[in-house]
Amino acid sequence: MIRDITIGQYYPAASKIHMLDPRVKIICTLLYLISLFTFKNLAGYVFAAVFLAVCVRLAKVPFKYIMRGLKPIIVLLLITVLFNLFLTPGGEILFTFWRFKVTEQGLRTAVYMTIRLIFLITGASLMTLTTTPNALTDGLEKMLNPLNRIKVPVHEISMIMSIALRFIPILLEETDKIMKAQTARGADLESGNIIQKAKAMVPILVPLFVSAFRRANDLAMAMEARCYRGGAGRTKMKPLIYNRRDYIAYAVMAVYMIAAFSAGRYLPFHVWIF
Amino acid sequence: MSIRLEHVGYVYSEGTAYQKQALKDVSLEIPQGQFVGVIGHTGSGKSTLIQHLNGLIKATEGAIYYNDKNIYEKDYPLKELRNQVGLVFQYPEHQLFEADVLTDVCFGPRNQGFSPKECEKRAREALEMVGLKEKYYAQSPFELSGGQKRRAAIAGVLAMHPKVLVLDEPTAGLDPKGRDEILDQIAFLHRESDMTVILVSHSMEDIARYVERIIVMNQGEVLFDDTPKEVFSHYKELESVGLAAPQAVYIMHELKERGLPVFTDATLIEEAAYEIMAALKKEKEE
Repeated sequence: MIRDITIGQYYPAASKIHMLDPRVKIICTLLYLISLFTFKNLAGYVFAAVFLAVCVRLAKVPFKYIMRGLKPIIVLLLITVLFNLFLTPGGEILFTFWRFKVTEQGLRTAVYMTIRLIFLITGASLMTLTTTPNALTDGLEKMLNPLNRIKVPVHEISMIMSIALRFIPILLEETDKIMKAQTARGADLESGNIIQKAKAMVPILVPLFVSAFRRANDLAMAMEARCYRGGAGRTKMKPLIYNRRDYIAYAVMAVYMIAAFSAGRYLPFHVWIF
Repeated sequence: MSIRLEHVGYVYSEGTAYQKQALKDVSLEIPQGQFVGVIGHTGSGKSTLIQHLNGLIKATEGAIYYNDKNIYEKDYPLKELRNQVGLVFQYPEHQLFEADVLTDVCFGPRNQGFSPKECEKRAREALEMVGLKEKYYAQSPFELSGGQKRRAAIAGVLAMHPKVLVLDEPTAGLDPKGRDEILDQIAFLHRESDMTVILVSHSMEDIARYVERIIVMNQGEVLFDDTPKEVFSHYKELESVGLAAPQAVYIMHELKERGLPVFTDATLIEEAAYEIMAALKKEKEE
């Protein structure tokens, strides 16, 4: 069902990862993603896998829950694998399939790419699962603050982002409700060809848009009623301050980066062609 | 002809941090033609319960029988069930989508496979039943007032000629006049046909006035299931689960405590007035 979409959703738990400053999580996630693209051999990936597994464990988010987030990218993964597998030249030809040749280089790229994408999505969703949308935008706002000087409307951007994130679950719930209401009126959402299916979406999309506009209007009113006038001179009730654990996290990340980088590029660890 | 629930349980988002037991071991039987009220505190499982009745939610435990057939059996025609059990959601006006009111009401019958002519006939009947004037039929549903939208949306379900009509707080957010009109029309429909009506409401006065049986939900379980008079005699227990009895019940109990010999089973203002008059008369005579 539509509730199963987990990308960008928060999973409440009392873990060490949840308690970290959002800036730490944003920066570390970025560094981790970068590290994935520096590896040249299997050792790096093994290292990245272990690191990710430890983080997932520490975050106390059920493994099943993270896996569900991977479902929507399966198609993307398949396309990437197929293209890389069949269309990369270089190295010995391993086997031929009709007009396509699978080369050593192709197989290697395909496998590495799959691992990279899976780790990338898992790493990124671990960040959103352990950080509330509000904390995330707070962190971003603070990190991007220097850009204010060159007239980038940082506060406005982060406000737009936090509203957008806040509305994801609301609109999902609304969609669920409207779908149920129309199903109760005999709407058939599953069967039929693609045109019939597209047509069947009208009774859902129209009310959904109407309700999205209504909610946006209400929210704007509520903000005005509380004298919201943008970021100038606005202070925070809970300003972001780094703690001891945040510095520890940065240190761990630095160690990981150095270790993973050197292992991934210089450790002579090979299995078959990888 | 009946709806029967046997030990129905439902758990939301099983296996995650959001896991919640919404229904626990609910067993009920609702015979055809009954006017049933469902009351309960917010989050007591009322809405979840009624969504089970037409198979929109599948129970995680137990079984539901409609006319003695298990609706969870593999080949059970759920679409046919939804034609028979009409469900009007909370704020049903949020589901309107067509360019004009009449076409929107036609949506249900059209999905049932009726000819355009038959659809229009049923739609007109349904709109008449809910008391929406003909001048609105060609208007966009988004131009109507709140009460009119609500009527149009209820008509959308009535046009499907359901055998069972389930209404989830059909009067929430309406003014007193609109509320009485809609409920009176539903009661009229119930009298005129053999339709079962299941009414979810927060208003004890409404419930006391219209229904013949009350199901009280509390934390996903059935707390009481009896006639209004019986249920409201437990007004102290109702209060402890965040509900209340109609005002008349409190007045009668208070009067009795202060020495007026009245029967305390009146639930409507009219009944209470009659009882008090009778008691006063008796006192005078003595």
